[in-house]
Amino acid sequence: MTPQSHFFVIAPIAAAREAELRGLLDSMNARPGHASADNPLVPFAALDTIHFARFVIVDDQTLDDTLVYGGPRPTPRPGLAFAGEIDGDLDTFFRRIAEVAGPGLGALFGCCEGFAPGGDLAEWLRRHHVPAAASYVNWVGRTVVRVKEDAALFAAVQDHLAREWPVLSTQPAHAVHLRLRALVWEDVAAGRLTLSPEAPTPLDWRLRTLAHRIGMPLLLVAASPVLVPLGLAGLLQLRRAEQTDPELCPRTPPAHVAALAAVEDFDVTNSFSAMGSLKPGLVRRWATIALLWAINFAARHVFTKGRLARVRTIHFARWVFLDHRTRVIFLSNYDGSLESYMDDFINKVGFGLNLSFSHGIGYPRTRWLVGGGSDDERKFKEYLRRHQIPTQVWFRAYPGLTAVDLERHALVRRGIEAAQLGGQQAREWAELL
Amino acid sequence: MTPPAIDYRDLQGLVRFGYRHLGAARYVLARVRQREAARAWLRQAPVTSAEYSLPPPPDALHVALTAAGLDALGVPARVRDAFSPEFLGGMTEPNRTRRLGDVGANAPAHWQWGGAAGVPHVLVMVFAAPGQLDAAVQRYTGPAWAQAFEAPQVLGTSDLDGVEPFGFADGISQPWLDWAQTSRPASRALDYSHVAALGEFVLGYPNEYAKFTDRPLVDADAASGLLPDALDAPGKKDVGRNGTYLVFRQLGQDVRRFWQFVYGATGGDAAAAERLAAAFVGRTRAGDPLVPIAADPIPGTPPEQVAQNQFTFSSDPRGVACPFGSHIRRSNPRNTDYPGRPTGIKKLLAALGASSTGFRADLISAVRFHRILRRGREYGPPLDPADALGPPAVPEPERGLHFIALNANIGRQFEFLQNAWLANTTFADLSGETDPLIGSREPSPGCPATATFSRPRDGGPAERITGLPQFVTVRGGEYFFLPGLTALRYLAGGPAA
Repeated sequence: MTPQSHFFVIAPIAAAREAELRGLLDSMNARPGHASADNPLVPFAALDTIHFARFVIVDDQTLDDTLVYGGPRPTPRPGLAFAGEIDGDLDTFFRRIAEVAGPGLGALFGCCEGFAPGGDLAEWLRRHHVPAAASYVNWVGRTVVRVKEDAALFAAVQDHLAREWPVLSTQPAHAVHLRLRALVWEDVAAGRLTLSPEAPTPLDWRLRTLAHRIGMPLLLVAASPVLVPLGLAGLLQLRRAEQTDPELCPRTPPAHVAALAAVEDFDVTNSFSAMGSLKPGLVRRWATIALLWAINFAARHVFTKGRLARVRTIHFARWVFLDHRTRVIFLSNYDGSLESYMDDFINKVGFGLNLSFSHGIGYPRTRWLVGGGSDDERKFKEYLRRHQIPTQVWFRAYPGLTAVDLERHALVRRGIEAAQLGGQQAREWAELL
Repeated sequence: MTPPAIDYRDLQGLVRFGYRHLGAARYVLARVRQREAARAWLRQAPVTSAEYSLPPPPDALHVALTAAGLDALGVPARVRDAFSPEFLGGMTEPNRTRRLGDVGANAPAHWQWGGAAGVPHVLVMVFAAPGQLDAAVQRYTGPAWAQAFEAPQVLGTSDLDGVEPFGFADGISQPWLDWAQTSRPASRALDYSHVAALGEFVLGYPNEYAKFTDRPLVDADAASGLLPDALDAPGKKDVGRNGTYLVFRQLGQDVRRFWQFVYGATGGDAAAAERLAAAFVGRTRAGDPLVPIAADPIPGTPPEQVAQNQFTFSSDPRGVACPFGSHIRRSNPRNTDYPGRPTGIKKLLAALGASSTGFRADLISAVRFHRILRRGREYGPPLDPADALGPPAVPEPERGLHFIALNANIGRQFEFLQNAWLANTTFADLSGETDPLIGSREPSPGCPATATFSRPRDGGPAERITGLPQFVTVRGGEYFFLPGLTALRYLAGGPAA
């Protein structure tokens, strides 16, 4: 099994180069905001390990909000972020992307400070990568190659089924399974389909994951005499703060909404980028660090099979700290429209949203960090929309496929790879078709 | 806190009543000709209130305004801009048409009204007994009308006796508004109910989140003095209270194409054709659901509707009896906030995803946040399915539905329903199909074919009906605000800027 990684390379845009950079970014797109898979600057499709990738101009529209705490208003330079989700480890990816897109990345990051053309690009990318504070992968181990093989297999099964429907529709499930299985293996033998065996799981990844899963809880238990009183004291302080922290959820300016909406809903999947400043104070900062750590732990060890708590529409998500942990950027790829994404958020994982986002300035008022908050649906939606920033270039390796589609395809493949299925198994398998 | 009782005298009757006893109706889509005259007409319009009367009123008048209408009437920006973004943006805003499925043949470029064909300012709806409609329209519009408005579009309706043009009983299931505001919305609903918080359908009252939906609030002054108070903002007057948003879409229905396709797909077998058509709809033509009636009562089911509306899909988790893709299952999945009925510690675990283990579990959003109140009427002459198999008449009359939906939050209610449930090619666990009745069959990236309909089978692969043509085409539409009676006079009175 090949695990997935998140990359997030960011560099400040050089003064007076932003317009030039925007022009370059637009030139990569087949339609506004949507990358051409084989654009000459960064031909994403040349690597078969990229699930999603994006270029985002990281420019917070809500910096004035910091003034409610008395300022001073920070003045970060807008940055260019190149972020995405890939199969395998980051070092390999940076080396390969530098090989296939060296000049293009050089032109793009050439508009940024501290980029020296002619240097070791892979090394530069590695140095400017910011690890996520928390990240989520819909299905750990599902590679791009696998997704495409599964989708081709599913399409082939559907074709065979349609062709032999008059016969197969009258047969019991186990006979349907055997017949379709035989046809698919004929396809494989003839080279029309490929069903690659699963790659071995890297040993170091297995060891690190295991050590993290067991070691971290042990460490927490060992440190609990210190952590519990600290946590309680912090919680009480946050409880006081959350009753007085100002809410900043005004109507998002229509022009900002229009700029965001202009690149949305061209596919069943959308990209989401949002950022904001943390409320001031060490307690807030450490609470954010601790809660994102907990979310990351759950995503790494518990929510690894298609579900983030109850939500089944998120392909990838991650939170990244910026500027000495004073600001956070959140990136995700989700199925459906923003309205349905927010509906999932609010009605299924409101507590998780409140835990992770309520440390941002202006978040709707929470109760004990988990209650309230996103329950104020209108304010939450404005908060989210207002903090969202446009994604200038977005690439996806498998357009038109939702996370649920991928799960179905994988289940169908599992049935095809099984020598035979029991009665009930065969029925459940057939019902997936 | 018990919110104050709703004042029916300030609410337009259309929110409370469908006027089934008034078989005739006409919709006039008007544009302001002369601002002062239009304002004067609107201030004096005898709009029918929601007060109960016995006998019921012999006719009724209702008035709604578009955002362009607010501008034409000179409503100041600070009031106008506080209406909902969807209403202000309008139905034909380009990014919105993509979400609503108004692309291809449905695109506003082809519409008979709305969008490029001209956005109306005012919608005037007149309901009357058959034979009395002309007189009622005359009386309601009066001599001042012609100077105030021009009406490029006058839409007639027909009374098909509770049946929509394809031949199916329609309008059976409606949310039951909690007028008395007695049942506080649960923070988490574990049982399906037809009962909906008043604030889902009338602005100025708490909604299903126990919150108030955004709407214009103004300071008390001479002009706004008569407006109702804002319940959530002491000292403010509420322009929205007792009003709601009205979604109007003219949906042309190709009845011949529908029945000819259904018969073609079933080899001309009449019984099989009826079964397939019923699978598209989720009900038989008589209106009977395809799943059994529930043993336990469902709150908000009127006694006379138990036989057709007391059901959920919990007995049919795989869509074998009623396909997931059927129109009524897409538009009202009749689900709850949690799959199953978890309580106590199980509820906590369910919140963390412990009960979402099956492949089809928990795929559909909770319905109580996405309901609409339907008040539409059909147009065109009836066409029996048997006659629909024959060649078209020359000229073939237009048929369809003047779809009218009321909701307090267009984005969360109508648009969500239309986008995430009806037009969505990946609703529930489906892929490559839109609503069999009203879906467009336009391709989308990665999804070249959207003209399929799946009928799940017990223990076997789903049957796929392919090549569905488009049966319904959008002919026009716009978002309106249906104000309370005082708010209408306020908006027409030109509040001090």
